[in-house]
Parts: sequence; C-alpha cells; structure tokens
Amino acid sequence: MGLVDDYAKHRILAVQDFTLLSTRTLQSLFRSPRYITDIIQQMDFIGFGSLPIVVLTGFFTGAVLALQMAKTLATFGETSLTGQLVMLSLVRELGPVLTSLMVAGRNSSGMASELGSMVVSEQIEAMRALGTDPVKKLVAPRLIATVIMLPMLTVISDFIGLFGGFATSFFVIRLNPNQYWYSAYQALEYEDIFQGLLKPFVFAFIVALVGCYYGLRTTGGTQGVGKSTTQAVVAASVLILICDFFITKLLLWMLG
Amino acid sequence: MNVGAPEPVIQFENVTLSFGDKPALENISFSLDRGETMILLGATGSGKSVLLKLAMGLLAPDSGKIFVLGQDISHMRDLDLFAVRQKIGMVFQEGALFDSLKVGENVGYVFERMPEVNAAEAERRVLEALRFVGLEHTVGLFPSELSGGMRRRVAIARAIVAQPELMLYDSPTAGLDPITAKRIMTLIVKQRDLRQVSSLLVTHRVQDAWKLALSYYDPQQDKLVTMSRNGDSKTSFLVLREGEIAFVGSLSELAGHTDSYVKKFVT
Ligand SMILES: Nc1ncnc2c1ncn2[C@@H]1O[C@H](COP(=O)(O)OP(=O)(O)OP(=O)(O)O)[C@@H](O)[C@H]1O
Ligand SMILES: [Mg+2]
Repeated sequence: MGLVDDYAKHRILAVQDFTLLSTRTLQSLFRSPRYITDIIQQMDFIGFGSLPIVVLTGFFTGAVLALQMAKTLATFGETSLTGQLVMLSLVRELGPVLTSLMVAGRNSSGMASELGSMVVSEQIEAMRALGTDPVKKLVAPRLIATVIMLPMLTVISDFIGLFGGFATSFFVIRLNPNQYWYSAYQALEYEDIFQGLLKPFVFAFIVALVGCYYGLRTTGGTQGVGKSTTQAVVAASVLILICDFFITKLLLWMLG
Repeated sequence: MNVGAPEPVIQFENVTLSFGDKPALENISFSLDRGETMILLGATGSGKSVLLKLAMGLLAPDSGKIFVLGQDISHMRDLDLFAVRQKIGMVFQEGALFDSLKVGENVGYVFERMPEVNAAEAERRVLEALRFVGLEHTVGLFPSELSGGMRRRVAIARAIVAQPELMLYDSPTAGLDPITAKRIMTLIVKQRDLRQVSSLLVTHRVQDAWKLALSYYDPQQDKLVTMSRNGDSKTSFLVLREGEIAFVGSLSELAGHTDSYVKKFVT
C-alpha cells in the first residue's frame, strides 16, 4: 500500500512540476528580454536539422501506404482511389503523428540531454547567479522554435509522403498518374488541413516542454542525464499518441 | 567602500535546510563583515557548497533567515534577487562555464542583463578581467579547449568582471598543481586587498587558509608578502561538521582549539 501511495504521490508531484514549468514558460513569453538569436538558432537546429529524417519517414510512409491501400482496394476493383486514401491518412494522421514522433525522438532527447548536462555541471545555477532566468533563456526559445517548425515539417512530410505514394502507385502498381493526383486533390478538405495543422501545433508543446522538463529535473550526474533523455523520449512519444486520440475524437465531435 | 562601523555583508540566522529527510545544514548562524574574509572548512559532504548556494539565493532555507548586503533573501524570487546577485561574484566548485559559449562570452555574460554597460565598455572589462587571471589570449576559445586550471581561472574572471562587493569561492584551488593554486590564491588576496572585497571561501587545503590569513598583497612587488605570526583580524574561520557548525572564530582561536575534528583541519 505504501508503495502505491508513494508512486501516486510522485506522479502527482511530477504533473504539478510540469504544469508549473509550462506556466512559467508561457508567462515568460510575454516578458522582455526576448532571446531572438536563441530562437533562431533553435529553429535552425530543430527545423532544418530534422529535415532529413522527416523527408525520409514521409516518403516511405507514403510509399508503403500506397502499397497497402492499393492491395486492399484491388479486392474491390477500386485502385483508382489510392491517391485519396494516401492523402487523407497522411494529412490527418500519419504526417502529424510520425513527424512529431521523429522530432520527439530527435529533439526531446536532445533538449533533455543538453539541459540535463547543464544541470549536473551547475551551469543552470551559474546562469541564475548571473541574473538570467533559465526558463526564459533555455525553455522558451525551444518551445517557440518547435511550435513554429513542427507544423512546417509536417506539411513538408505530407508533401513528400504524397510523392512517395505516387512513386509506388506509378512504378509498382502502374496506376495512371493523373488519376492518382486527381483523386488525392479531390479528397482534401479544409477540415483535414485544419486537423493536420492543429495536431503538430499541440504536439510541439509536448515535444519541447517534456524534453525541457526532464532535462531540468535531472539529478545524479552523467548517469542521470542518460536516464532523463530516455524518459523524455518515452514520455513525449506516449503523450503524443494519447493526445492524438483525444484531438481526433474532439474534432470528429466538433466538425461532425 | 566605506570603512567604518562593521556592517555584515552576510548574516545567517538559525538556517536549516534538508534534502529529503537528511539535513544538509542545521541551525547555522554566523555573520561576515564588510571587507573581511571567511574561510569555510569541513569534510566532503559537510554542506560547504550548500552554504554558498544559500548565500547566493540559489537554494532557499527550510527555516531561518539569510541577509545578504542588507537584504533578507531567504525567500526572494529569482526575479527580485538579480539586484542583489549583481553585487556578488560566485566561483562554482566545477567552474560551471557555459560550454556553448566562448571564453569571452562567458566572462561577459553578466552584461547581457546590464543595458547601462555598452558593448565597447563590456568588451574592455572582459579583457581586463581575463588579463587579471592571465588568460586574455583565450578570449576566442571554447571552455572545452582549456585545461582544468585555466577553466577555473576563467570562472574567477567571470565572477569578478562586474566588480562585485562580495565574492563566494567554492574550492577554487582543489585538484590544481601548486603553481596554479598559488596563482589563484594570489589573485584572491589581490582582489581582497586592492578592492576591499568581502569573501567567503571554501577550501580543503590548509595552505590556502594560511596564505589568506597571513599574507597581504604588495602592489609594488606584485606579489604576496607574509606578515606577522597571528595574522590579521580580518580573516575568520568556520568549520562545518555534517551540516553543523563545529567552530567559528579567528585564526588564533582555531589554532588553540581542542576538538579533534577541528584540529584535523589545522595541521
Ligand atoms: N541538490 C541536492 N540534492 C540532494 N542532496 C544534496 C544536494 N546538494 C547537496 N546535497 C547533499 O548535501 C550534503 C552537503 O553537500 P555539499 O555539496 O554542500 O558538500 P560539500 O561540503 O561542498 O562537499 P565537498 O567538499 O565534497 O564539495 C551532501 O550530503 C549532499 O549529498
Ligand atoms: Mg562542495
């Protein structure tokens, strides 16, 4: 019983700490000084740096989707709808979720390990001693950069995925290219685009805040840094998948 | 600096702080007057670094009060603490240089929050501080390109660049060769005697303690000169044992102390 209590208490305290960090970060967005160069540096690192993996995942996700869809659709003799299905699955689900998961794997871990090593080498305390708020200097730029870059990366991933789907349907399934593009284009509606951009926007908060949260609460030397890094990736990924479900449910309910 | 009636720059009143169930500091009371130096001794894990962090407001005490430069900082928020911290320089035990910034940027970091100091002035003061520690040629290097002793000296330059009234040194000479250690001690004494800076210094090395208590900086010869036997009254000692004060007082009182734990630090 004591163990369960302890566990529950730790979880609740963690949630409380996380909420506190999030609030402080959001508050700090409205206070000067703003560290513009840090934001740009992070945008370069998070956005441009993640491009290769996002392009690769996007392409092959689209490609494999087309492969699977075409096979299923063939049983109904409707392979012409491949484009439509690839487009919708990518824009609504796979683009946002896979891109965010990849970025979480790359950047939540990066943030956790970077901030974690700063904690264990007393750099965070030195920063406070020199009059800088670490939340403002370190967390806020990462959050802003992720919120700006993740939706962009998702759009890129969607596009590349569409090309991936096209590549398989053209070279492997031998579909008519016009048919693929036409059905894909026809299927897309504003709601889908809205959903496809809302998700990465929300996931960006998870990627950045979870990464920074685990980084800042690192204890126990270099070993602790490794632990925080792992925990950050796991927590961010799981939270993204859980949030994805609830956002989808909410949107289905709202948009009918 | 006003020399006159003693005015404490640091005052601890019954300060207690625990991590989990284990008290790191218990019922600590002492005060340090302006222009004076206090040497903090104690076994590893006795709470020396924690005490310095409390004095800087990086940790908040569970109970008791801490006054620094006339202000009660016990439960101040970081935002309000800046005005106080601006007047304090702190050298962390491991240096704590920002490894993503070059040496020059590290040393000049504090000016980022001081719009009244323009860029040219900031650069001049950065170079001056680095010259003070004999490392002006490293301005453009990253901390990872320096040796451990050089990093420690850069950390000292970063702490003194804003000309603080109070210095907190955490083991500035630990693990250094005697030549570098002597250089750093000379620097600290120089800082004390030229600018009347008050300081709180943690050390494991008795030689350092002696040097601080028994020598002064002679600007003519640019080196330390040993003075009479009993040392000056401006240096006091505080010995910690497992988070509690085992001794606080002057050098002669320390030398005559009978407690076996305290005696170990003198010999
Ligand atoms: N952030 C922290 N979290 C938990 N415990 C801590 C923390 N900082 C210090 N402690 C504990 O407080 C005690 C005092 O630590 P402190 O770092 O002050 O020792 P110290 O006197 O500086 O030792 P050393 O001479 O080795 O530097 C230790 O038992 C340490 O485990
Ligand atoms: Mg220490």
